[in-house]
Amino acid sequence: MLTRKTSEPFWWLLFAAGGMVAALLVPVHLLVQGLAVPLGWTSISHARMLALAAQPLVKLYLFALIALPLYHWAHRFRFILEDLGLRGLRTPIALLSYGAAVLGTVATLWVLWRI
Amino acid sequence: MTVPRVERPGLYYPKLPATWWLRNANYFRFMLRELSSVFIALFLVVFLIQLHRLPQGPGAYAAYLETLRAPGWIIFHVLALAFALYHSVTWFNLTGVVQVVHLGERQVPPRLVVGASFALWAVVSVVLLWFLLRG
Repeated sequence: MLTRKTSEPFWWLLFAAGGMVAALLVPVHLLVQGLAVPLGWTSISHARMLALAAQPLVKLYLFALIALPLYHWAHRFRFILEDLGLRGLRTPIALLSYGAAVLGTVATLWVLWRI
Repeated sequence: MTVPRVERPGLYYPKLPATWWLRNANYFRFMLRELSSVFIALFLVVFLIQLHRLPQGPGAYAAYLETLRAPGWIIFHVLALAFALYHSVTWFNLTGVVQVVHLGERQVPPRLVVGASFALWAVVSVVLLWFLLRG
């Protein structure tokens, strides 16, 4: 049996948390910010957005909302590529996918820090 | 004699063509579900750029919102919303299988767990919608 230690459970936990956050929260944000506001069904003023995003609790919420689903993406994207036959590139694909998610996490922290 | 090194001994990897997921509807739906994560991630990147524009002032922010009015972006967001809903539905349908809930000795029926997940989704969505759209 293989008893090699891997970091798989850690990434899987982030995947599950990200999948849950995406399932619960993303559709409403997509509907409002992606369609309702651009199509003029409603509007959210710059002042209100800024006031909202400046609150620490809202920042924490935004951090979870943006960063966690990136790990969900990384996990699935990795297996999409492997399932399409790139199995020989397992390690670079995993590094690239999870690396992009980590980079996105840092970018999210940076953006929220500056608001 | 050197034996070629096998990366994960004991595991069998069938050789499949890259188009295996076009063979039947179940495989295709599986691939759509996996693909949903790509659209969700893209939307979140767009959202992050919007937040980045926020402290740059009302002008920069309005210019960004103007970009999102382009037909291409509207089409992208319609597609992304469809994928996001597909992810939510498949995700909550799976909770009944993945999350086994016990009450004392008895196991809560999976259908109830799935129902509760959908109810939670509805409540969270309404609260969030109210919060985003008030005033």
